[in-house]
Amino acid sequence: MTHALVLALALLVTPLTAFAVSSPADMLPDAAQESRARALGKELRCMVCQNQSIEDSEVGLARDLRLIVRERITAGDNDAQVKEFLHARYGDFVLLRPPFAWSTAILWATPVVALLAGLGLILAARRRMVAPAATPLSEEERRRLAELETQVLDTKDGTRA
Amino acid sequence: MTPLSRRILLTAPFAVAAAGGVGFYTALHRQQTGQYNPRGVPSALIGRPPPDFTLPALENSGLEGFGAADLRGLPGAIIINFWASWCVPCIIEHPQLMRLQREGIPVFGIAYKDKPEDSLRFIRERGNPFRRLAKDEPGRVAIDWGVYGVPETYLLDRQGLIRWRFAGPITPDVLSEDLRPLLARHA
Repeated sequence: MTHALVLALALLVTPLTAFAVSSPADMLPDAAQESRARALGKELRCMVCQNQSIEDSEVGLARDLRLIVRERITAGDNDAQVKEFLHARYGDFVLLRPPFAWSTAILWATPVVALLAGLGLILAARRRMVAPAATPLSEEERRRLAELETQVLDTKDGTRA
Repeated sequence: MTPLSRRILLTAPFAVAAAGGVGFYTALHRQQTGQYNPRGVPSALIGRPPPDFTLPALENSGLEGFGAADLRGLPGAIIINFWASWCVPCIIEHPQLMRLQREGIPVFGIAYKDKPEDSLRFIRERGNPFRRLAKDEPGRVAIDWGVYGVPETYLLDRQGLIRWRFAGPITPDVLSEDLRPLLARHA
């Protein structure tokens, strides 16, 4: 029973630690450079599977791109230069975090617009709730109110008497 | 609430649903006719010269290999086709490439990540549509072009600038609706 539990837990944890760079020969000997390569790979889209990063994909092209990332890092490129190397070949699409430009403005603006629209709706709803209370009584209403009040007072006096 | 704003609030959900329906219908219809490919990605190289490269010939094909220098100063537009013998859509587009070759339009081929003997067998069995044929066994030059699968086809104008990239097979429809008008414009 405990063995089964341990196994189940181990299986649960495995996907979190597994990396697509399955061949140790592909990894860089320098641990710091390798972790940089992995962090960069997570930011780069696998053009074939499209919703995975090259670090998560087993496709041949993703492996080629992983090797290129490592090659550029060993050649002394900084992170921005490595990204630019692939951006020059594959365009904005290769970056999982697209840059801000006119063509991506809607993409970036959507959360802000949605938030503002929501705020606007809330404000409008609140104003509608408060608004009726704020309108002062008309002359007609005031007179009617006074009339009613005196009536009530009269009846009260009557019962007391 | 005024009757007008009440009416607007009432019709808004229907309007949104209707707009969505029209959008989905158009997208699906255009996908069916091949005008829209949701997985299609624009090339980063449009309007630019091809990357610098030299690739060896496919041995025993009797055709020359080529490099970036061979794509400059040509008398007219040319087509660069990345393909492989293991690629099924490449079989679909093969007759269209043969047609272009018969019409005298230069098609330069690059065998991508393919065993030379397999590439050779492919063109021997089905016919050779290529004026020049290079091989890119490591697939490294293809990455410089921004290739992400085969087949992929590029059109270069007479200045040697990339004008068009198509990822996927050149079907008869793609040939008549996209490639022919472009060839006429850049001839």
